[in-house]
Amino acid sequence: MDFSLLIVQVLNGLQLGLLLFLVASGLTLVFGILDFVNLAHASLYMVGAMICASLTIALNSFVLAVLIALPLTALVGWGIERFIARRLYGRDHLDHVLATFGLILVLGTIAHLIWGPKGISVPLPNVLRGQVALSETVVLPTYRLVIIGTGLAAAAFLFWLVNYTRLGMLIRAGASNRAMVAALGINIERLFSFVFALGAVLAGLAGMLIAPITEASLGMGNSIIITSFVVIIVGGIGSMKGAFVAAMLIGLIDTLGRAFLDDFFKLFMSVNAAENSAPALSAMLIYLIMAVVLAVKPKGLFPPKVR
Amino acid sequence: MKLKYTALALAAALSVGAAQSATVKIGFVTTLTTGGAVIGTDMQNAVNLAMEHLGKKAGGTDLQVVFADDAVKPETGKQATDRLVKEDKVDFVAGYIWSHVLLASMKSALDGGAFLISANAGPSQIAGKLCHENFFSTSWQNDQTTMAMGEVLNKKGIKSVYAMAPNYAAGQDMIAGVERTFKGKVVGKDLTKWGADPQLDFSAELAKAKDSGAEALFVFYPGAAGGAFAKQYQQAGLNKKLPLYSTFTLDALSLPKLQAGKLNDILGSRFTQEWDPTLDNAANKKFVADFKAKHGTYPSFYAAQSYDAIMLIASAVKATNGNMKDKDAVRKALKAANYESVRGKYTYGNNHFPIQNFYLREVVADAQGNWTTKVVDTVYTNHQDPYASECKMK
Repeated sequence: MDFSLLIVQVLNGLQLGLLLFLVASGLTLVFGILDFVNLAHASLYMVGAMICASLTIALNSFVLAVLIALPLTALVGWGIERFIARRLYGRDHLDHVLATFGLILVLGTIAHLIWGPKGISVPLPNVLRGQVALSETVVLPTYRLVIIGTGLAAAAFLFWLVNYTRLGMLIRAGASNRAMVAALGINIERLFSFVFALGAVLAGLAGMLIAPITEASLGMGNSIIITSFVVIIVGGIGSMKGAFVAAMLIGLIDTLGRAFLDDFFKLFMSVNAAENSAPALSAMLIYLIMAVVLAVKPKGLFPPKVR
Repeated sequence: MKLKYTALALAAALSVGAAQSATVKIGFVTTLTTGGAVIGTDMQNAVNLAMEHLGKKAGGTDLQVVFADDAVKPETGKQATDRLVKEDKVDFVAGYIWSHVLLASMKSALDGGAFLISANAGPSQIAGKLCHENFFSTSWQNDQTTMAMGEVLNKKGIKSVYAMAPNYAAGQDMIAGVERTFKGKVVGKDLTKWGADPQLDFSAELAKAKDSGAEALFVFYPGAAGGAFAKQYQQAGLNKKLPLYSTFTLDALSLPKLQAGKLNDILGSRFTQEWDPTLDNAANKKFVADFKAKHGTYPSFYAAQSYDAIMLIASAVKATNGNMKDKDAVRKALKAANYESVRGKYTYGNNHFPIQNFYLREVVADAQGNWTTKVVDTVYTNHQDPYASECKMK
């Protein structure tokens, strides 16, 4: 193990963390502000990726496809809020879970009918297919850096939106006391629609970004939703800052675990034992972290202020 | 032991009754949901094509296929097998993409008195100590294809490789296979998370492989993971520094997608296999042409092995005139492998795995510009797997 490998792996971890943040931020926004548990959040990740993949093939431009797919995903999110989620706000969380689980099945089947069972491979423009040498030994795929850049930009935008705009003020106010905001003449329904659509866009963006690395496929949401829930639980449900810190933490721990755990184990066990136990433990690592965090701080690292 | 099986067979025959002789039922367990459905659908298409070619008949006996989904989960596969054997009362259970699913389902099928035909998975356990008289394979034992790859690496004069595979029974067998014949050193290996929710982002592993100083990279990533891997390999710019040697990673399922994704570095990539669409025999030509006409794509090796599984079963049903009660006769007919396999003629070893050729395939564009493969070399002729000696059957 040398220093440049460590840097490469840290950047890989950041990239994974930022993707997780994009999904988890939407999840935590909707849960924290609308008090709505949305299991179908990952379906929006899949829908965004599939729309973007089809458009990329049709238009022959990945960037253009992303720019068109983002508002389309927002529209899907808006539709789900308007016609399904809105009717459920008054119910308890268990009803949310039941309804949104059904929604996963419905959206999955609709996607299956439209796109079929096969995944779609998303071609990247030539500029993004190469590698960038940060130093002589630190060479990363250009596209991974694009993900890091886009993820950071989206995080900065969210931070600015929530903390420094009138809209952000309303979002925070809506989270604290929704009846009071409505009494002051603010259209709370429109605000909630916006938040839901924003969450959909963020999840969709994450799906669009990962698709050229893996592929856009029906089951792609399953792998990220569980990790995203781990992120918001570790970070503190409803906290944007918590989601960011926890996403980075989980991304780094997962990547570095996969990268260095076997070498570490080899220091004190046989090569064979290390090679067999390291993958098992690195797959569990994020759940162990969650267990530790919950034991020490049951409300997560950054619990939002009580209403 | 023998007495127990006879008793079981008798019990099964009695419980099913006389109605069975009219139709022979084949259960086919594969993956029809999750990402693995891409493979399962291809196998299903091949099974349906085989049934069409047979006219749903073997000799004078009607054949019927019942499909079941394993969702890439051992427990689901076992349940599906149980249901096929106990409720649908099938005579044969075929299919099985995944080694861990096959290992979990094996007992249900064999104890239920059905013949078990693997159309893909070939775990070392079933080739060796767990071998069974009513189990047959129309694929290979997991180690064999990568043993051939080890020989290819030796021929190329490669001294060190880095190995990557998913962390399940077949992934471990595949790496063991390379280590068995490769004379150089495996300088590092990664076993990545697998199952219904597999790891598809290999950034950490590729960075390690590059840093390891190995001369070549060996990988085994079946299904959708293969396409994902190929893309990240190209994006990481490793094709010049760390040439790629793979097994079961690039296939007729991933190549059209990779072509649509314009991953041109994949052209010329080589891998080993027991079958190829260009193999020159009448059965293969008919299979490939009809499959392409129907589905617009080349069949995958999964499809080829599934087609063979149905043809093998049909040959045994025909030879015994559909009399499934005489297990010994059915077994003898299966072991003769007296049918036109799309890979050409092969024989069965004592453990009921094929003794067959292995070829080196190369990714090329066909006359219409579609990406496919051709045979560039024969690596092994009539090769038997290394676990056959551990099997007590003769």
